[in-house]
Amino acid sequence: MDRNEWPLWEVFIRSRSGLDHKHCGSLHAPDARMALQNARDIYTRRMEGVSIWVVRSDQIHASDPEAKPEMFDPAEDKIYRHPTFYKLPPEVDHM
Amino acid sequence: MYTQAIDLPNQDPDARKGEAQAPDNPDYQAQFDATLERGDFIEPKDWMPEGYRKTLVRQISQHAHSEIVGMLPEGNWITRAPTLKRKAILLAKVQDEGGHGLYLYAAAETLGVSRDALIEALHSGKAKYSSIFNYPTLTWADIGAIGWLVDGAAIMNQIPLTRCSYGPYARAMIRICKEESFHQRQGFDLLLTMMRGTPQQRAMVQDAVNRWWWPVLMMFGPHDGASTHGEQSARWGIKRISNDDLRQKFVDATVPQARVLGVTLPDPQLRWNEARGHWDFGPIDWQEFWNVVNGHGPCARERIAERVKAHEDGAWVREAALAYARKRIAAKGTPSPSTGWGEGEARSAKHEVRISGAA
Repeated sequence: MDRNEWPLWEVFIRSRSGLDHKHCGSLHAPDARMALQNARDIYTRRMEGVSIWVVRSDQIHASDPEAKPEMFDPAEDKIYRHPTFYKLPPEVDHM
Repeated sequence: MYTQAIDLPNQDPDARKGEAQAPDNPDYQAQFDATLERGDFIEPKDWMPEGYRKTLVRQISQHAHSEIVGMLPEGNWITRAPTLKRKAILLAKVQDEGGHGLYLYAAAETLGVSRDALIEALHSGKAKYSSIFNYPTLTWADIGAIGWLVDGAAIMNQIPLTRCSYGPYARAMIRICKEESFHQRQGFDLLLTMMRGTPQQRAMVQDAVNRWWWPVLMMFGPHDGASTHGEQSARWGIKRISNDDLRQKFVDATVPQARVLGVTLPDPQLRWNEARGHWDFGPIDWQEFWNVVNGHGPCARERIAERVKAHEDGAWVREAALAYARKRIAAKGTPSPSTGWGEGEARSAKHEVRISGAA
């Protein structure tokens, strides 16, 4: 990063109360207060949110995309974790 | 947009710039091709061919530059809007264009290019932007014509991009398209209001439409045969509909709108072709197109000069804000959420966020 480029932040917005904050984009800002201000101007011009989180992008740790198979595939052979795995008699199938 | 700055396991920070993956690995290439084949998205940290990355950086940054330069011809008219209502609408629209530029710069940055480098490429003339913004906005009717025609053409171009293969670009385009619809409608509404006014106002509208019509048709780019990037971009799922098909779609959609507005389109060869089921239109002056693309548009120099001036005039604000943030960190000694972090400072565990699935 260029020393004079403002750091990058990731923006998460709760669109209305009762819902999760969801990642919606990123922006540059010198500090958290301005990141919040900028996020408001850039990502909530049309009432898209009631709450904003910002986090420095370099503070986020992500899973390795190349490790997708070993990270996520093992769940595929555990279909007994899903309710649809269990065939019940029709009289009780709506339990 | 889920950026390059995010920490991944087993990567040293210097290798995080996007070139970290092996350039020509056939296994990776096969996986990449299969992903496109399935119609799945490519995400920033996935392996991608260098050509794909470069094409995206070029296209997304050009697109971002166009949004930012596009603020200039309209910004000109904010202080001269005829009513408070029109001024508020125009302000909101110009602010949107700035926002669109920022979504797109952020999407380009996920490909490992810095914001500063992108801005520098625009200012030095190395990067191009949409040639349409090198035409002048002579009267208030031009503001309406830009909304109706220029933004209308932009929507035609952009809707297929919401399904493009690169995730961050597609997501940015979804946001942008939602907002563009307001731009086009306010433009038509503005022109309709003028058409209900005096003969002079009607003449202004017709004059603006006469001047913008052909440049707008050029916005779709060269004919399919003459387009240098078309085929490869289509294979990569970056461009889903060809230039000529989009242009035809635009003409077909616009002719009936012109009738409702009560203006004529300045093309004597414009006529309905029953057999094709489309409107035929006259030849485009490609000489003019290439002239403008190559930087000889009526306002080319003025636009970039204005951009550079705005950037330079704002330099002290950017520097002061950064200096202030660093001073606050130095005074406190430890990073805190209200002040941000200094470079090279240790991470504080409580601020770590795992976002798998959040993006």
